[in-house]
Amino acid sequence: MTRRDGPFFARDRQWHPPALAPAYRSSVARSPRWPALSIGQTRSEITGPVFRPDDVAAIDRDLILNHARDGEPVGERIVVHGRVLDEEARPVPNTLVEIWQANAGGRYRHRNDGYLAALDPNFGGCGRALTDAEGRYHFRTIKPGAYPWRNGGNDWRPAHIHFSVFGTGWAQRLVTQMYFEGDPLIPRCPIVNAIPDPEAVDRLVARLDMNAAIPFDCLAYRFDIVLRGRRATFFETRPEGT
Amino acid sequence: MPPPLPYLKETPSQTAGPYVHIGLAPSVAGLSGAMGDLGQDIAGPEAPGERITVEGMVLDGTGAPVRDAVIEAWQADAAGIYPHPEDPRHAEAAPGFRGWGRACTDFETGIWTFETVKPGPVPGPDGALQAPHVNLWIVARGINLGLATRLYFSDEGEANRDDPVLGLIDQTHRRDTLMARREDRDGAVVYRFDIHLQGEHETVFLEI
Repeated sequence: MTRRDGPFFARDRQWHPPALAPAYRSSVARSPRWPALSIGQTRSEITGPVFRPDDVAAIDRDLILNHARDGEPVGERIVVHGRVLDEEARPVPNTLVEIWQANAGGRYRHRNDGYLAALDPNFGGCGRALTDAEGRYHFRTIKPGAYPWRNGGNDWRPAHIHFSVFGTGWAQRLVTQMYFEGDPLIPRCPIVNAIPDPEAVDRLVARLDMNAAIPFDCLAYRFDIVLRGRRATFFETRPEGT
Repeated sequence: MPPPLPYLKETPSQTAGPYVHIGLAPSVAGLSGAMGDLGQDIAGPEAPGERITVEGMVLDGTGAPVRDAVIEAWQADAAGIYPHPEDPRHAEAAPGFRGWGRACTDFETGIWTFETVKPGPVPGPDGALQAPHVNLWIVARGINLGLATRLYFSDEGEANRDDPVLGLIDQTHRRDTLMARREDRDGAVVYRFDIHLQGEHETVFLEI
């Protein structure tokens, strides 16, 4: 078997949103003006944090129950599931996936969120899971609501779930957002539109997955996540210590 | 046109947004409950090495503190070993050493802090040694793709001079943006490291 122990594939910066996307106003003062310096990858970038089963509990992936106080949260019950793969479609097992989201009314349980929609006493909006041997993850949650945000005078975020993923090496670290198939707010969102290529946006849109829905209980959405792939080192003589 | 090669494309990044704490540091968001914050202890109590505090601010292009950022650190132990299977010496990593931590900028002061041990030098390309460093990754509202950088230590003059990554920075004065300044504060060792997202003192961010 070919050992994939070379560097990670270079990141395609034209595929990701640029640092400065003026229509997303917060990016204006928070975007570096210098290009990032390419340093290749050393042991520091190829290694990365390792997570263990005891870093997460089984209930952490069930957002319907993990903050329930005196009942279950209000809203549309859904399963969100998928695989974490690399760019060669190889599964990324045992990696930490963290999610966070608003409740069904579009309100976050966060001390800085002052949106007038009500908090749900039974919903926290935070989940964690490790992928299994085939790179699979699944969460059970409530479909988040859209909400207004201070950008333009009448900007609304499409319903979304934030994802954070590690992979096996520091160079694969990624945060992103998952949207829902059919949401008319997706093409109106300045954060989404910071991504130049519509094909790239499409990768963030989870598909309704009726085969994974639980009859008389939950609908399901499927969202696969792709992390950077890694070169094989057939021809390279790796110097001692790299 | 021949058909394209069957590679998948990396999932595009999106900002972590202002409510990132719910997912990455729930207690900071104000969530009470069973899920504790991950990444609160980089080194563990047993790891040998000099115990240090690293602190700083994240500043935007106007010089204002960014009060809703999350910073992650990944570092080797005091012997320069990463606790990861691809470090050939990983079996000898310090007991209880995770190497990874997470800190949030304070909602009022904008200051972030890590308690850790000072890392040792790490083997680099072609057998050269890399100066001791901590790898950092920063996300926040307004940051579309997480920013990678490195923190080096101001008291490692000779190692810093020979460091292969610092050596790639053409504008030599910009190397200073990666230097954490050592201070002795009531007997404790504190390294100060401010991250400038933009402006005259913009930090050197890395394509890794």
